[in-house]
Amino acid sequence: MTIAVLIIAGIGLVAAAALAVADRYLAVKEDPRIGLVTAALPGANCGGCGFPGCDGYARALVAGTAPNGACAAGGEACAAAVAKILGVAAVATERRVALVKCCGTRSEAIRVGDYNGICDCGVAAMTAGGDKGCTYGCLGYGACANVCPKGAISIHDGLAKVDKRLCIGCGKCVAVCPKKLIELVPASATIHVLCNNPDKGPAVRKVCGVGCMGCHLCEKNSGGKDANHFTFNGFLAKVNYENPPDDEQIVAKCPAKCMSVDPHFESGH
Amino acid sequence: MKTVKSSFKFRGGVHPDYNKELARGKAIEKMPVPAELVVSMSQHLGAPAKCMVKPGDFVARGQVIGEKNGFISVCVRAPADGKVKAIEKRLGPAGGMADAVILDTTAKPDGEAATAAPILPPLDWRAASREELLKRVEDAGICGMGGAGFPTAVKLNPPPGKRCEYLILNGAECEPYLCADHQVMVERADRIRLGVDIMRKVLGQPAVRIAVEANKPDAVAALEKAFADIEGNVEIVVLPVMYPQGSEKHQIFATVGRVVPEPPALPIDVGCVVENVGTVAAIADAVELGEPLLSRVTTVSGDAVVEPKNILAPCGTKYADLVAFCGGEKVPPAKVISGGTMMGFAVSTLEIATTRTTSGLLLLSSKRVFQYASGACINCGRCLRACPMRLNPAFISKVVDANDVKAAEDAHVMDCIECGACSFGCPAYRTITQSCRRAKASIRARIAAEKAKAAAAAGK
Repeated sequence: MTIAVLIIAGIGLVAAAALAVADRYLAVKEDPRIGLVTAALPGANCGGCGFPGCDGYARALVAGTAPNGACAAGGEACAAAVAKILGVAAVATERRVALVKCCGTRSEAIRVGDYNGICDCGVAAMTAGGDKGCTYGCLGYGACANVCPKGAISIHDGLAKVDKRLCIGCGKCVAVCPKKLIELVPASATIHVLCNNPDKGPAVRKVCGVGCMGCHLCEKNSGGKDANHFTFNGFLAKVNYENPPDDEQIVAKCPAKCMSVDPHFESGH
Repeated sequence: MKTVKSSFKFRGGVHPDYNKELARGKAIEKMPVPAELVVSMSQHLGAPAKCMVKPGDFVARGQVIGEKNGFISVCVRAPADGKVKAIEKRLGPAGGMADAVILDTTAKPDGEAATAAPILPPLDWRAASREELLKRVEDAGICGMGGAGFPTAVKLNPPPGKRCEYLILNGAECEPYLCADHQVMVERADRIRLGVDIMRKVLGQPAVRIAVEANKPDAVAALEKAFADIEGNVEIVVLPVMYPQGSEKHQIFATVGRVVPEPPALPIDVGCVVENVGTVAAIADAVELGEPLLSRVTTVSGDAVVEPKNILAPCGTKYADLVAFCGGEKVPPAKVISGGTMMGFAVSTLEIATTRTTSGLLLLSSKRVFQYASGACINCGRCLRACPMRLNPAFISKVVDANDVKAAEDAHVMDCIECGACSFGCPAYRTITQSCRRAKASIRARIAAEKAKAAAAAGK
């Protein structure tokens, strides 16, 4: 009995000594601020900042290699909290949200085939470029909705729609879309061109009833070329989000009906 | 030279409806050059060719319009005289967009008469060196015409330390409906013979195995006649009729009993080089006549086309022109497939153009096409029996449905040859092959991203 107690106590002492030595000489010194910053971040681990999770971003912040304010999910409140801990001023960032640049619903855009394979845009695009006549348009098989960490995207009438209130601007949908038609735009911008087809007008008209034909009318109605509210890629207008137009009248005047005021969908959340 | 029956049978495989009688025995018809050609810069495996012309240029037949762009790449030559109308992104048969040169073949340059002289100087293959012959194969823009389009000059030049012991000619043509290779073997057996002579010289006199499926006795007879006086170890191997007998790996097993290890191993790692019979005939033309690979034999078939034909058409002919040459559509097609029914790609428009790898174009009426809805796997195991690569397609399809690509990778999805045997027999109409393709695409994307990351880190 005594021997057993002594052996156990002895082992305990040796182990305690080893732990004490390890704590003294093998300790990894970690900046305590990392833990504080991690706690201040939202913990969504969305990867939108470009770092592997919130912990990765916290380490980069403490190391001074990342700008404060890159966290889309946390927003200004989070940036302010981080600024308080680290004593660095928050870089002012505009909240950005995803915009699906297509408005070719099932009734407007023609479908050239019946696709009945796997319900995923990437796979559908591998099969003859997808079943939509417009090879630039939204296929509506929900690859973006499936990767959205916030459930902000849903498919309506063959078209992906983003709930602006839920979107945290992480950019996962931008990366997954095989047609590359999702863009992160400033949340404050209200006027958008919802088309991704740079082809000439007649070619666009053949496949879609609401495709941009590049008529430049939006540009003319918003003060001409010098006002610099729009840029053009081939026969496709694009809002210049550095200098967005504010006159909502131009939307109604668009002959192609591919412009919209705040097209974001509000889900029932 | 002797004709033998294959002594090796691969595991798995299926027997689809072959429907070859529609185009079988139809003599190859040369199609007149259509008014517009769409010549893709990506007609082969590897990097797309670099476009060398601009809109408004006049090009002569055989002129290089796309330059070889990297090690695994081949040049693209103009299939006919014409004027470059435009250079734009066009939809390819497999669904991807690639740069294409749109040629207006009705426009002729002023005052210049078309010359009938050969495009490349003819070579005497007996006198020419190995390097000269390899250079010619490369210059002629020859890539594998069986479907994958691997640049032939790369294949004919094994890396140091590897030796080609067997040259295998793939004349199995196991895809339903297609008869293009069959007809090439019947009509152009002497060209294939010459091509084999040239390739043997380049590869250092390997043994030759010519693999033909048992349902083509006339092709075997024609080849026997053409190869009657050949020296050395040459055999015509008659393979049992079974899909996918034409797969490179299964062909090697069926003819010489060797098994190609999993990727990235290539046939050359087991001492084999496999070439499609059409490619071999193209090599003969390129060397002896100086004629680059500008056109190929394509089977246009199916029950929705008026007269199924085997057509020798310039690479870049729009599908609509091919169909018109066959008398048009008998009934509106419910499905159009570029290639065969098992591995071909469904296409949504006839505006797509042929490439050097287009072996067939099928127009199927609604009688032949079935609209299905995929159900849940019932664990019947038919796909396991059918898979010629000994994979577990049912498992792979289930984990891919659950977005677990890692599990699919552990189940060796990268070994999948996408033959479609699993989907073919699935009683639940599951899109198993598509699941495999999806998993392979995402694994490849991940590997490419990792490589780019490693390269960036090394650059720092």
